[in-house]
Amino acid sequence: MLLIYCPHCQENREEEEFSYGGEAHIVRPLAPETLNDKDWGDYLFFRTNSHGIHHEMWYHAVGCRRYFNATRNTVTYEILETYKTGTQPTITGVNS
Amino acid sequence: MKKYSAFSLLKNALSYHENWQKVWRSPTPKKDYDVIVVGGGGHGLATAYYLAKVHGITNIAVIEKGYLGGGNTARNTTIIRSNYLWDEAAQLYDLSLKLWEGLSQELNYNVMFSQRGVLNLGHNLQDMRDIERRVNANRLNGIDGEVVSPERIKEIAPLINISRDSRYPILGASWQPRGGTARHDAVAWGYARGADALGVDLIQQTEVTGIRRKEGAVVGVETSNGFIGARKVACVTAGNSGVLAAMAGLRLPVESRPLQALVSEPVKPCLDTVVMSNAVHGYISQSDKGDLVIGAGVDSYNGYGQRGSFNVVEHTIQAICELFPAFSRVRMNRQWGGVVDTCPDACPIISKTSVQGLYFNCGWGTGGFKATPGSGYVFADTVANDHPHPLAAAFTVDRFNTGALIDEHGAAGVAH
Repeated sequence: MLLIYCPHCQENREEEEFSYGGEAHIVRPLAPETLNDKDWGDYLFFRTNSHGIHHEMWYHAVGCRRYFNATRNTVTYEILETYKTGTQPTITGVNS
Repeated sequence: MKKYSAFSLLKNALSYHENWQKVWRSPTPKKDYDVIVVGGGGHGLATAYYLAKVHGITNIAVIEKGYLGGGNTARNTTIIRSNYLWDEAAQLYDLSLKLWEGLSQELNYNVMFSQRGVLNLGHNLQDMRDIERRVNANRLNGIDGEVVSPERIKEIAPLINISRDSRYPILGASWQPRGGTARHDAVAWGYARGADALGVDLIQQTEVTGIRRKEGAVVGVETSNGFIGARKVACVTAGNSGVLAAMAGLRLPVESRPLQALVSEPVKPCLDTVVMSNAVHGYISQSDKGDLVIGAGVDSYNGYGQRGSFNVVEHTIQAICELFPAFSRVRMNRQWGGVVDTCPDACPIISKTSVQGLYFNCGWGTGGFKATPGSGYVFADTVANDHPHPLAAAFTVDRFNTGALIDEHGAAGVAH
């Protein structure tokens, strides 16, 4: 069971209050009609699937109902930081 | 390889069963192989077995970081069925089911395949429509299946609660009599023994740490015990496929998540079939030992820890107690997780890659065990001929760029 710090509510809350939003910092192409099939498929489906440090989106579904990002270790499950959408993580790491 | 038979059992009884031949050798790795299979689970061992048996390629090593069949092969709920919706998936899984039917004889190893039937329950009108559609599609593909009423379900599994008053009443089910279960370890061991007898080197406790390439082609793998050369490298590493792909500078459309299962204390025989429900999310069967084998869901978030969230288990137990009120007093013995590589369309990737001589068989997600023989069969063919087997042609990684996805979320047992 994860205990997740919501940067909007500024509280630690239980994992069940949140839903997962997948990998963070994937930028939606500004002009999707100009993309070829390869780039569009890459944007839609291909993910880093990090083994180690991972930046991901979470949605505080039964709380403030807002998205934020988290930096989490996918091996130890330790949440290293949470930060608001639109800001950058302070912790980045080389994946093992 | 000495054949197992009633005669060999008698003969070895005379020497107090102390002189059985080792089930497989523990060879020292050679410098160079024709094919290296990375991952010694059921799928990897089956791949090696069919490469040797069907394609005559015997200069093969299977490299496993732990012990054979110690990953997801040891962690699944052993359910076998082929009632998938789309033609491509149905044919692939039914090839597997047909291979399962002759597997104990083929391998001379009892994989305890038991065709006790599989029920997929429907709890609302849309479930029933989907079930009818799927059963009809199955029958068109030559796969057995029928839509059954709650009363018929009660005959098949007498302990089930078909009351109209339950929170999610059972309205019917699809029933595949050819489905069932098998002994998970025996499958890995049977394929390992068969492959070893054909000359395949099974190398355990050796982790692949890199994939060495030269001019866009594979030349071998770096391992924790040094470099081993190979003309072809076939990766069958389930949850760690993303890690292997990264070693070759590739990305895959898979995400790794823990899937949980649990078993109860052994109880007297009370459930002689497999019951699955997508809507309330639980699936259950009884092993030959008597344990109730219960499958839970995947965690919603990525993770490589071989454990899962408690709330997932809690929800599954709620579903099981709803379906089988009699099981509410059964105590649970053990719980564990395995890391599954989930694909966006809940179908596997069996594919060549942009690196010459590098192949991936992954993305089986939450339902790979049932496909073990067929997966190995078509992947071996793909690796041997450097061209997709006809039944694997739809499962290349390119489909995520062309858009030709095979959406099996409805027929995959676990929502992911």
